[in-house]
Amino acid sequence: MSGILPPFEEIVIKHGRTVLRVCRAVLGPLDADDAWSETFLAALRAYPTLRPGSNVEAWLVTIAHRKAIDQTRARARRPLPVDPLPEHPAPSEADRRDGDLWAAMQALPLKQRVAVAYHYVAGMPYADVAALTGGSQDAARRAAADGIATLRKTYGKGGPP
Amino acid sequence: MMTTHQPREPERSDLFAAVPAIDEETIRRLHDRLARDAQTAGLLDVAYRTIDSPVGPLLLAATPKGLVRVAYGCEDHDKVLERLAHDLSPRILHAPARLDAAAKEIDEYFAGVRQGFDLPVDFSLARGFRRLVLTRLRVIGYGQTASYAAIAVAAGNPKAVRAVGSACATNPIPVIVPCHRVVRSDGSIGQYVGGVEAKKALLTLETAP
Repeated sequence: MSGILPPFEEIVIKHGRTVLRVCRAVLGPLDADDAWSETFLAALRAYPTLRPGSNVEAWLVTIAHRKAIDQTRARARRPLPVDPLPEHPAPSEADRRDGDLWAAMQALPLKQRVAVAYHYVAGMPYADVAALTGGSQDAARRAAADGIATLRKTYGKGGPP
Repeated sequence: MMTTHQPREPERSDLFAAVPAIDEETIRRLHDRLARDAQTAGLLDVAYRTIDSPVGPLLLAATPKGLVRVAYGCEDHDKVLERLAHDLSPRILHAPARLDAAAKEIDEYFAGVRQGFDLPVDFSLARGFRRLVLTRLRVIGYGQTASYAAIAVAAGNPKAVRAVGSACATNPIPVIVPCHRVVRSDGSIGQYVGGVEAKKALLTLETAP
């Protein structure tokens, strides 16, 4: 039955993980869950009007991007500064490394962070990243490259072999 | 050919290749929170779950109005959900809470300790004469049977025996709406949406001493 929207459950199962990684990359592990929940609730609300055959993952990342920008602004308005390296409650070694990478990403400027997240984590081409964040494709490519270069310095040390 | 002046980046940085997969527990927790938020926000148009039964796995689906669909395994649950997305709304989530009461009553029915269902039902998937027929079926008591012809009479159209057959064959809420209690006038069992074996099993259960 092509040309019709699949049950939303399928969308959550198929794209939930990628969207969570994007949220973690942009906002860090602590705020990621809230951003994921807000993203999927907004997506569920708008879902019946989505054109069948649309790129669902790009659509979800677009919604997540708006939520992330909202949260980043809200965070900037908070009276007390937030610890940039919050204690990550994940128990396993694998999750801890994961958390460290997301924490290292939080030190990047927002522009680099989102470019890295959408290109490297969500796998979006630079043209789509640029369409989402504004600016040129080359600027998106440069922001991602600068972000990766910084991560190699900050996260690469003491990270996994 | 790439003709960019930028150094070429790998498609996926090895930095992210080292990041472990998100575990099942995390995604389930977020999914369940979404189902609760959707319910609160009035966005859960269709909630569903599956249960095991002596006649195989059953898919149960409910709108805010009530139980809207019960599907046998032979109907292909994935296809049933796709049809629900098309016919009712694509806002569908696996959300067992809304179906707790239905699951409990169906379990009790198959255990032989319940003879009638006390559940709100939503007949949105049946229209016109078919819907009328389905509402009449509830008068056939537990352990009883009626012929297609008798139901046609009860529905006010004695000639519509075949239409009664179609209404039963397309009953969206089998087991609860007891189309299994409708048999041929000659006493033979007739067709069933869940297969003839399932129909026999239900009638045997209901006539067990």
